[in-house]
Amino acid sequence: MTAVSEHPSRTVEHPLLEFDNVGKSYGNVQALRGVNLTVRQGEVTCVLGDNGAGKSTLIKIMAGLHDYTEGEMKLNGIERRFGSPRLAQAAGIATVYQDLALAPLMSVWRNFFLANEIRTGPLRMLDIEAMKSICGEELRKMGIEIPDLERPVGRLSGGQRQVIAIARAIYFGAKVVILDEPTAALGVKQSGVVLKYIVKARDAGLGVIFITHNPHHAFLVGNHFIILKLGRVVLDAHRSELTLDQLTAEMAGGQELAELSHELGGIDAGKVVAPHEVRHGGVGAPELDDSADGSADGSADGQPKGTA
Amino acid sequence: MSTVTTTSTDDRVVTRSWLAQVMGRPEVGALIGAIALAALFSAAAPAFRNITNIGTILYGSSTIGIMAVAVALLMIGGEFDLSAGVAVTTSGLAAAHTAWYFGLNVWVGVFIALLISLAIGAFNGWLLYKTGMPSFLVTLGTFFILQGVNLAVTRIVTGGVSSNSLNDMDGFNSAKAVFASTFDVGSVRINITVIYWVILTIIGSLLLLRTRYGNWIFAAGGDAPAARAVGVPVVATKIALFMGVGFCAWLLGMHLLFNFNNLQSGQGVGNEFIYIIAAVIGGCMLTGGFGSVVGASIGALIFGMTRLGISYAGWNVDWFFTFLGAMLILATLVNLYVKRKADAR
Ligand SMILES: Nc1ncnc2c1ncn2[C@@H]1O[C@H](COP(=O)(O)OP(=O)(O)OP(=O)(O)O)[C@@H](O)[C@H]1O
Ligand SMILES: [Mg+2]
Repeated sequence: MTAVSEHPSRTVEHPLLEFDNVGKSYGNVQALRGVNLTVRQGEVTCVLGDNGAGKSTLIKIMAGLHDYTEGEMKLNGIERRFGSPRLAQAAGIATVYQDLALAPLMSVWRNFFLANEIRTGPLRMLDIEAMKSICGEELRKMGIEIPDLERPVGRLSGGQRQVIAIARAIYFGAKVVILDEPTAALGVKQSGVVLKYIVKARDAGLGVIFITHNPHHAFLVGNHFIILKLGRVVLDAHRSELTLDQLTAEMAGGQELAELSHELGGIDAGKVVAPHEVRHGGVGAPELDDSADGSADGSADGQPKGTA
Repeated sequence: MSTVTTTSTDDRVVTRSWLAQVMGRPEVGALIGAIALAALFSAAAPAFRNITNIGTILYGSSTIGIMAVAVALLMIGGEFDLSAGVAVTTSGLAAAHTAWYFGLNVWVGVFIALLISLAIGAFNGWLLYKTGMPSFLVTLGTFFILQGVNLAVTRIVTGGVSSNSLNDMDGFNSAKAVFASTFDVGSVRINITVIYWVILTIIGSLLLLRTRYGNWIFAAGGDAPAARAVGVPVVATKIALFMGVGFCAWLLGMHLLFNFNNLQSGQGVGNEFIYIIAAVIGGCMLTGGFGSVVGASIGALIFGMTRLGISYAGWNVDWFFTFLGAMLILATLVNLYVKRKADAR
């Protein structure tokens, strides 16, 4: 790749986005605490972590959806607080959210261009033909074919909707593309396409922030890995400092994964059981190993073993 | 292991037929209803067929339609305005009282009324944003506030329940010409409000379907948090929609003032529901994000035809509201049915 010479802007001293001791609380919940990280253009930064670790909160701060309550966020070296997602977009940051969908009753092309409409003529009317053709083209590149772009988005499959959101972010992301668990709802083929797109966006010189639960996906494309745990950064490593196994181990908390594989060792994954009907509640709770659920959920401490 | 060869394009989706696409439009149910009603009344009431009565029917429809256009846009944007009925009266009274009390040219009153109407709309939108309460409650509050203000201020200014006559004041004639004149097309007498109604319908429809702002209205009503997240200025969009209702309330208020020369301070209560009914008959969804301006205008036309059709047919006009309610339910069912049919195709 000759991306460096093509994009001299990469050589500026300041990283694109920099967090300095950033914290965010939702009322009494401290979702993020003392987070330091840097996002560089032309790199894929992967953010990993358990459910509730604060990954979505982190990217919602970058996307202007939430304000942070401590520390500072710098964009190109200047402290910024995006008052609204519109301002973040104006700064070149496009986001695919995990929990914010498209407008279900609006057509595919209207959703694709929402807030980025192409207008034409003296009256600044919508250029519907242009938008439809670009939208169809971009979706085809992602491997989905939607013959009727007037179709309301609510009637597409969850994965198709996800692809639209991703295609849109990649199309409009000028400097940073943030993807919050983009592959979670996708089939193997579409996941592959999304990963290829992440690489393409990187090669084009964008900064990509890729949030995922899947260390395999992360390791396929990531330059830089950040693991969050209970709102803190517990690992911040470059690809060269880490192997996939280490990443997987770190993500699961190392020790915990070893114990999980030990526990699941006895389940006999190949076993087939003759069909039965069971009463409601007839399936017992699995035996929990007290020592295994250490720091992730402190409240379980002292509970009797195997309550059913 | 078995594999099936697949073509690259998805062959499970057949392109929807032209008919299905037309049937999927929100205003189709209303259009069918309007044609059916016109046929019914033409058969039942000879006077309905009389060409000169078209002007009367259109006039009645326009006084609903002017408001229905703005109310429909607001509903597509996901909000209600229960103060829309009394806001019309407030606007008319504001013009009448300021012009009369200060002895000004009526145009000054007209202009002040415009500012007040826009401010009421902006206030509704702002309060909605500040409190996060549903617009149903916010505008119910505004409705009562305005109703009280209409009565109390009129009492203070005139000592009675209606505004003072303006017809000998400066600017009255020109204002009447602008807001309440008529002209003849053949044997049909057209009120200028019909022209305003048609213009508003065209502008509203273009705004909704052909501009960026229209896209934002659909999105703000369909899924406000998602719209905000991709950069739609949801609050500004909604405040503007409320101000649009304010503008139309002003236009209609001015018409009523200059048409009848004075206004009753208790007038307008209950009309907000008629505007909402027109919008719903026209295909607007109560939950927002879907609907049509043209449909709302057809809804207003249905309203106008029904009101006059019943009296032309010699039926007891007491039944009008019953008829209207039944039609609302029927229209909702037809809309649902048509939508489901269109989707299934
Ligand atoms: N709007 C909110 N109000 C209050 N608390 C919130 C809100 N959003 C998130 N939280 C809390 O903040 C913490 C972090 O949540 P976040 O959504 O960032 O987790 P996540 O890492 O994205 O998890 P997942 O992998 O499940 O998506 C959680 O404890 C969550 O309950
Ligand atoms: Mg999340």
